[in-house]
Amino acid sequence: MILTETDPDRLLTALRAILAGKAIASDAEISERIRITDGGDKAQGARMVARAWTDPDYRALMLADGTRAAEAMDIPMRGLPPLGVLEDTPDQHHLVVCTLCSCYPRAVLGYPPLWFKSAGYRARAVRDPRGLLAEWGTPLPKSVRLRVVDSTADYRWMVLPLRPAGTEGWDVDRLAAIVTEGDMIGVTIPAIG
Amino acid sequence: MFAPGTEVRVRLDWPETRGRCHIRTPHYVRGASGKIVRHLGDFANPENLAFARPAETVPLYHVRFDPKTVWPDTSADDIVIEIFQHWLELA
Repeated sequence: MILTETDPDRLLTALRAILAGKAIASDAEISERIRITDGGDKAQGARMVARAWTDPDYRALMLADGTRAAEAMDIPMRGLPPLGVLEDTPDQHHLVVCTLCSCYPRAVLGYPPLWFKSAGYRARAVRDPRGLLAEWGTPLPKSVRLRVVDSTADYRWMVLPLRPAGTEGWDVDRLAAIVTEGDMIGVTIPAIG
Repeated sequence: MFAPGTEVRVRLDWPETRGRCHIRTPHYVRGASGKIVRHLGDFANPENLAFARPAETVPLYHVRFDPKTVWPDTSADDIVIEIFQHWLELA
């Protein structure tokens, strides 16, 4: 039997039966985990960023302990890898990559975009990140240090980007609406309209 | 345990050449020197966990490297990687 040519639904059914039979994971546990994973969405991360932009105490919590900051927004984090938050400053920009596979903070950003998993992105993010950012249309002044974070083990990382000028007085919902997944990976920066 | 700022070197080791393994230390950083940023916590050793062997808990660090020591023509200023303690030695 060639696994890649097998009907995926039949394969999943068989695997779940084996996991249940060996008392490794019950059907209910697997269904619950699928529900939680499907509930992860980039809008969750955007809500966290917007709140950090407007609430200094929340910002401090988010930088100290991303998992607790997510839980404070009612995002389920139980059983998930710890969430680390990388703070962009006027002097330093962060770019997240997983060169080994596709580690991604799914609870707060949802499923990773296909390009994040591509060999091209994974290779170039560490080798020529400024060239990569230029292709994304994200100009980074020479004076801004570029820190690449290779997500290789048990943490999951998201970027807390800089709040763009021109958003003074905006409420958190309006702010959250301009934060994209690329902004929280670091390939782009938040922009108005 | 390594304190923040400690200069460390990643072991120049290739377990891949000795059989099946699951390694979370990227190839490009093997043998490179860097500085401990901070201790992130202690986690089950993935090299054993991946094969359902008893997995001991290992300290995990954020380690900062100068990417120009790996790729002289890189356009990154810093690269920060999660690395388990058993891959690190004092530089």
